[in-house]
Amino acid sequence: MQAFMTLRIALRALARNKLRAFLTMLGIIIGVGAVIAMVAIGEGAKSTIRAQIAALGTNVLIVLPGSNVQGGVRAGFGNVNTLLDSDAKAMARELPSVAFVSPVLRRQDQVVAGNLNWGTWAQGVAPEFQQIRDWQVAEGRFLHEGDMDSAAKVAVIGQTVARQLFGNDDALDAVIRIRNIPFRVVGILGAKGQTGQGTDQDDTIMIPYTTMQKRLMRITWVQSIVVKAVSAERVEEAEEQITLLLRQRHRIGPEREDDFNVRNLSDIAEAATTTARVMAVLLGSVASISLLVGGIGIMNIMLVSVTERTREIGIRMAVGARSRDIMLQFLVEAVVMAATGGLIGILLGVGSSEVIKQWAQWPTLIDPAIIAIAFLFSGAVGVFFGFYPAKKAANLDPIDALRYE
Amino acid sequence: MSELIRVEDVHKTYRMGDVEVPALRGINLTIEHGEFVAVMGSSGSGTSTLMNILGCLDRPNTGKYFLEGHEVGSLKPDQWAYIRNKRIGFVFQGFNLLSRTTALENVELPMMYNGFAGQERHQRAIEVLSLVGLDKRLDHTPNQLSGGQQQRVAIARALVNRPSLILADEPTGNLDSATSNEIMALFQHLNTGQGITIILVTHEADIAAYARRQIIFRDGLVISDRVSEQVIAKMEH
Repeated sequence: MQAFMTLRIALRALARNKLRAFLTMLGIIIGVGAVIAMVAIGEGAKSTIRAQIAALGTNVLIVLPGSNVQGGVRAGFGNVNTLLDSDAKAMARELPSVAFVSPVLRRQDQVVAGNLNWGTWAQGVAPEFQQIRDWQVAEGRFLHEGDMDSAAKVAVIGQTVARQLFGNDDALDAVIRIRNIPFRVVGILGAKGQTGQGTDQDDTIMIPYTTMQKRLMRITWVQSIVVKAVSAERVEEAEEQITLLLRQRHRIGPEREDDFNVRNLSDIAEAATTTARVMAVLLGSVASISLLVGGIGIMNIMLVSVTERTREIGIRMAVGARSRDIMLQFLVEAVVMAATGGLIGILLGVGSSEVIKQWAQWPTLIDPAIIAIAFLFSGAVGVFFGFYPAKKAANLDPIDALRYE
Repeated sequence: MSELIRVEDVHKTYRMGDVEVPALRGINLTIEHGEFVAVMGSSGSGTSTLMNILGCLDRPNTGKYFLEGHEVGSLKPDQWAYIRNKRIGFVFQGFNLLSRTTALENVELPMMYNGFAGQERHQRAIEVLSLVGLDKRLDHTPNQLSGGQQQRVAIARALVNRPSLILADEPTGNLDSATSNEIMALFQHLNTGQGITIILVTHEADIAAYARRQIIFRDGLVISDRVSEQVIAKMEH
């Protein structure tokens, strides 16, 4: 029997029991829909985390001063003043695995422009900070080496600060005051948005780190040093080299603890993506179970259908249908149900992940491969769960089948 | 006339739990092309079993069955399906039409299993339906047709692959006498007009009287096999 004819017979048989066919398909529809939506949510979370980590700057290491021990009290990291800008310069000069280095000093300050003021984080950084954190400059320029040498009173401001202090007015070349010291705005940063923790990255002001040291904080050390390795593969190498270099520069003996701490952001990135992947697998497998339940529903209904249509099977056999014709007929019916359910499920899954994205503001990401897999899998469910009922139909004895009431 | 069917010493026993029920106990039978045979016998006499064996639906325990000179009793199920499709047409007491399926589609059904293209299938189904006088009822489903009309659809379905043999198992069992006579006249017409061999099982002598040859079964054996000189005259069809 031709394939087309078999398909037509199957469609006809399903059309006779539309509600039943639909209810049977519902299991697959919900299963496939759930798989797609859940995987989309999981993938969305994964890519968001990846993007957030990329926004922090990829291949980035952070060097913090070690903890201070005084009379048995161990303060947290960053409480001692052992890190110097000369350490940063030495790293850039001596370590081949390091691409960019910048000292960082941060403090919260009230910034005033005209009759407006705004509390924000001021960061003292080097020009390399731009490459390390992947900052774009929307207007003007970033800080340059000359600003460092002269401890120039210039600032580059983030979008949020620009909006708060200047509204729609042009902020470039305007003067802002931090602790009554006037700074000229030489650049406005491009927008970066929020971090994963909800911190507004655009709510910041960057000034030369030398200016921060001498004019605002009156200190000689630096709070931290950020380092960008030349490539992702060489992050660990950079970490080791930095440790060696700093131990040497700080004259730390072999038995003593480091007075600094090197943090690797790619470890955090890896942990975060692993978490997201576990979540995606978990959601996906829960959804797969509903697909399995849908398959069992198909098998159930196909068994009922075979029993109901025993006489039809007998008639078909009497007029010349072979076992494999009967088998194929029921198998195609099951596969048509499963595949149609799969298609509707895909639409449902894509639709609901779109709704989740729009209304719940939850990032979702649909991988075309998942759609293909879901469709093939639903077809496979049809074959798998349709096989036994079809086999049962094909193995009927025509005499018994014809006599069946 | 050439030989169509030869049955040699066919035995068939059914097993009902622990009890063995003999249905056929050594049947020998030869039927020529173009014969019209009525097989009579009370229920349990083995007539239905014989029809199942002749129709390639069941196998004898021992003995041989030749159809058109070929031993078919020991063929594989798929080969049987082919024979049922091409060589034999079935007519049943309960019509056995597919419900909620039009007369035309019911008649097309056997052709779906031998690769006829849609157009030719259509053409031939219409042809045989007009042969049985139902060319005005092509789109009617079985529940829109009377018993006699349903049986005509079933006969058309039996004819559509141009078989040499029609097996009818009590074809008038569910019909009133007037309709029964119409159906029998149709069989007679097919027998004399188209030269199709017809074997029919019946309990009723007046139905059997339409056939030239009458075989009577009792307890799995043939007890009478005679050719009557006087056949009920063919009614105008």
